Amino acid sequence: MIEWFAFTQIAVALVAGLLAVALGLVGRPPADLTMGATALVEVLLVAQIVVSLLAPAFGNTASGSTLEFWVYLVSAALLPPLAIVWGLVDRTRWSTAVLGVACLAVAVMVYRMYQIWFVQVA
Amino acid sequence: MTTTTPSRSTGVGRVLIAVYGLLALAATGRSVFQLLDDFDKAPVAYSLSALAAVVYIVATVALIVPGETWYRVAWVTISFELLGVLVVGLLSIFDPVLFPAKTVWSRFGAGYGYVPLVLPILGMLWLYRRRPRPAAQVAAEAQSTGA
Repeated sequence: MIEWFAFTQIAVALVAGLLAVALGLVGRPPADLTMGATALVEVLLVAQIVVSLLAPAFGNTASGSTLEFWVYLVSAALLPPLAIVWGLVDRTRWSTAVLGVACLAVAVMVYRMYQIWFVQVA
Repeated sequence: MTTTTPSRSTGVGRVLIAVYGLLALAATGRSVFQLLDDFDKAPVAYSLSALAAVVYIVATVALIVPGETWYRVAWVTISFELLGVLVVGLLSIFDPVLFPAKTVWSRFGAGYGYVPLVLPILGMLWLYRRRPRPAAQVAAEAQSTGA
């Protein structure tokens, strides 16, 4: 894990999440903006998977449990695609909110991953 | 008089289902990790994590599947969750020795932004609003709200 990349990821997921929740509550069905933002969150997660696979080879290893880190990362990477499929099937305002919930959950999970990688001494 | 159970997977109920699904995933993820990692470290807490995960999965399904049977299953599982978060929340504060490791319900779900405490209450409110009622009444209501 690279520190600045993790923080970028958290920031993007937070903005995408808050935007989608707000637009959902206002009554907008899922649109290019909210779907695209969720897709961007997923792209960053895939990049994070690549980074985290390669990092140990460069001497950048997790301070906490590697297993726990990967459980978080893999489950996080499942969320945006599920939310996007939901948004394609269910064209109501509530699936825009669901996109937002998924992005906010990703933000929290990436923060937990950051803690496991850098902070936890276990 | 015939009664009918209104759909629970409509409107804001969909967001509720999404959050339930998310919590089911979170609880399952944590439980799988704990069982793989070191079960003997805290068997009580870890078994509880697994149980909580199963209950969240069943509750999610019960909110999606229509019908009166699943409506009852939803009440049972959601009540169990509220009881779980209250009992384990209290125990984890007064008897930390019993729960040396974290569970979704420890400290009233503080590790999950208190979502495990708030969610069953929202779930119950939703189930009450969607309770089985005489068919004519439900139809009239659906017409007036356009749902």
